Amino acid sequence: MGFFLETLIGGLMAGMLYSLVALGFVLIFKASGVFNFAQGAMVLFAALAMARFSAWIPEWLGIDSRFLANTVAFLVSAALMFVVAWLIERLVLRYLVNQEGATLLMATLGIAYVLEGVGTSIFGSDIYKIDVGMPKDPVMILEGTFEGGLLINKEDLVAALVAAILVGLLALFFQKTTTGRALRAVADDHQAAQSIGIPLNRIWVIVWCVAGVVALVAGVIWGSKLGVQFSLVTVALRGLPVVILGGLTSIPGAIIGGLIIGVGEKLSEVYLGPMIGGGIEIWFAYQLALLFLLFRPQGLFGEKIIDRV
Amino acid sequence: MKLHKLLLTALFGAVALSLPLTAPPALAQAKEQFFPVLVYRTGAYATNGSQWANGYVDYLKLVNAKGGINGVKISFEECETAYATDRGVECYERLKGKNGGGTVFQPLSTGITFALTEKAPVDKIPLITAGYGRSESQNGAIFTWNFPLLGTYWVGADVAIQHIAKKEGGVVKLKGKKIALVYHDSPYGKEPIPILQELGKTYGFDVQLLPVAHPGVEQKATWLQIRQQKPDYVLLWGWGVMNSTALREAQATGYPRDRMMGIWWAGAEPDVKDVAEGAKGYSALTLQHGAEPNSKVVKDVLELVYAKGQGTGPKDEVGQVLYMRGLLSAMLGVEGVRKAQERYGKGKVMTGEQVRWGLENLNLDQKTLDAMGFAGVMRPVQTSCLDHMGSSWVRVHTWNGSKWEFTSDWYQADEKVIRPIVMLASSKYADEKKIKARTPEECKK
Repeated sequence: MGFFLETLIGGLMAGMLYSLVALGFVLIFKASGVFNFAQGAMVLFAALAMARFSAWIPEWLGIDSRFLANTVAFLVSAALMFVVAWLIERLVLRYLVNQEGATLLMATLGIAYVLEGVGTSIFGSDIYKIDVGMPKDPVMILEGTFEGGLLINKEDLVAALVAAILVGLLALFFQKTTTGRALRAVADDHQAAQSIGIPLNRIWVIVWCVAGVVALVAGVIWGSKLGVQFSLVTVALRGLPVVILGGLTSIPGAIIGGLIIGVGEKLSEVYLGPMIGGGIEIWFAYQLALLFLLFRPQGLFGEKIIDRV
Repeated sequence: MKLHKLLLTALFGAVALSLPLTAPPALAQAKEQFFPVLVYRTGAYATNGSQWANGYVDYLKLVNAKGGINGVKISFEECETAYATDRGVECYERLKGKNGGGTVFQPLSTGITFALTEKAPVDKIPLITAGYGRSESQNGAIFTWNFPLLGTYWVGADVAIQHIAKKEGGVVKLKGKKIALVYHDSPYGKEPIPILQELGKTYGFDVQLLPVAHPGVEQKATWLQIRQQKPDYVLLWGWGVMNSTALREAQATGYPRDRMMGIWWAGAEPDVKDVAEGAKGYSALTLQHGAEPNSKVVKDVLELVYAKGQGTGPKDEVGQVLYMRGLLSAMLGVEGVRKAQERYGKGKVMTGEQVRWGLENLNLDQKTLDAMGFAGVMRPVQTSCLDHMGSSWVRVHTWNGSKWEFTSDWYQADEKVIRPIVMLASSKYADEKKIKARTPEECKK
């Protein structure tokens, strides 16, 4: 029982991080109808910026405090992500208003290549460290109840909490603010939104900026866990089954989907894996997503697609 | 019209991106020995691949700086594989006939090696896979173009068990022990399984297999299983980010690092430097060498290549573990050419077939190695027509929190264990592919 609970808790905490990555997809899709394949590259770019600035800034400004250096590096990286968002709107999206979804998707593939190439050219392709003071050692709880206690990874716990706070803030932003409503209106119909005076270009810059900040937070968390390196782009692939399961247009869907995928893949690897050779957690998540695509293509919380003919 | 333009641009972009990235070729002139260089400087394994590639290319530059191979200068061209088998094969096809023909290929990928093993005999170009590739290919009677020089994964697995047995106080103490193999779920990661299972049966220990999917950034479930099953030792058969992630997860689940041992591809600076203190006590096998910043050959590289502004990578990485692996790999190829020249004419450009003879007759004794600047870095290698591995010397080094330190004496793989499995697996391959084994008489030709 103790081991089952450990796996469950581990899955929930991993799932919270998947939700954070999936949020990046959902935000941009909700506001612009674009399935952003560059999300992984944005996570890598943001993490590289954070890692390098947190090393360079103490040298440039003579700062001794790690907290201060990390704060300045975070702000500079966020500003850089704003610039990236503005450039994406100026150079790519502006010319693709009202184009087919597939065209926009291809454009984001191009953005991904550019961000990966430019990011590693500017910041280098070595493994870099982000040290934001995340605890690395585990903690044992309920040692009296379960033999050997329950092991909780403190780093995962902190990461899941940060992700939960960010997810909550974004949900509020979308549901309760005027800009959030404008973003949802743009997602529904570009032309209709423009006709009632919503400035499409500005809205797109805003949403890519928000997605950039989400990528930065995801990059800091994953970069702190894994080290900042090219493999971070694959982290975005963990968000794909989540959005398919939760629905591309739903923030609660991203959260619940993330948790289901996180728990599902860990339990399947631990209990089902040994029977069929192991190493199944990644494809298990995609199999689950495939099942949802067959029976509920809009996902758990996505808007139902009704075509009138 | 706009859309038309956009599509055209996208099409050209896609074509450009899908082509393997090739570095500008070093101009091939007459009397130059052409070395195609398969590398991965991009993708999930770029950090490790770049260091190997820098060492490889720097050594070729060093040979040229010293006048070439008996006066024959080396030309080379890189081709980016991104550690993908399809791109590796494409690179091979592009470079095999270039500049008079490739001398040797060294793909630095077991997956690509599997794919090229059937192509090399057709094109008559040797395949050097120092420390990786197909373990049974050490049998030169059947794998006539493969050269897993210095060691194979079966050598690694055998030595890892020898080392564990030594720590425990003898092989009898292995009975009843549990040894987990955390491996990259790819041809590379699966290579040691037959030997470990065989040794498990012989010595009475239990082998637990825990595959990790590419690229290895998600290992939580794996380490939860380790926490539950409590193996006595964990063998790590990872590459790239998988290694550092395993060490972080070991720390996060409280598994002692001094009970973990990696293969030589899981024992370099990029695997541990970010984990730093968290990886303290972790050991890995070495393919003879470790980090060798004070060796003569490294000093030569710094003096004759870097001091002239011709270094390939960052100067502070020269002499690190994977840099040395690349450098040694290049040296083995160069020495194959040098040996071939002894038979087919000094100062001449050698063909792939002639270089194969050179590689089958390598005899790098300690005196020669010391003179070349490899004193303390490696031990003698002697190949033959039937033995394409040449040596199986291995040491263990341990991460002390800031650098690797040798912590064992030299080991050699137990031939009594390895040989029967090599013969069995290579015969099976020969039957499948309908290959007739070379006889000792044929070898004399």
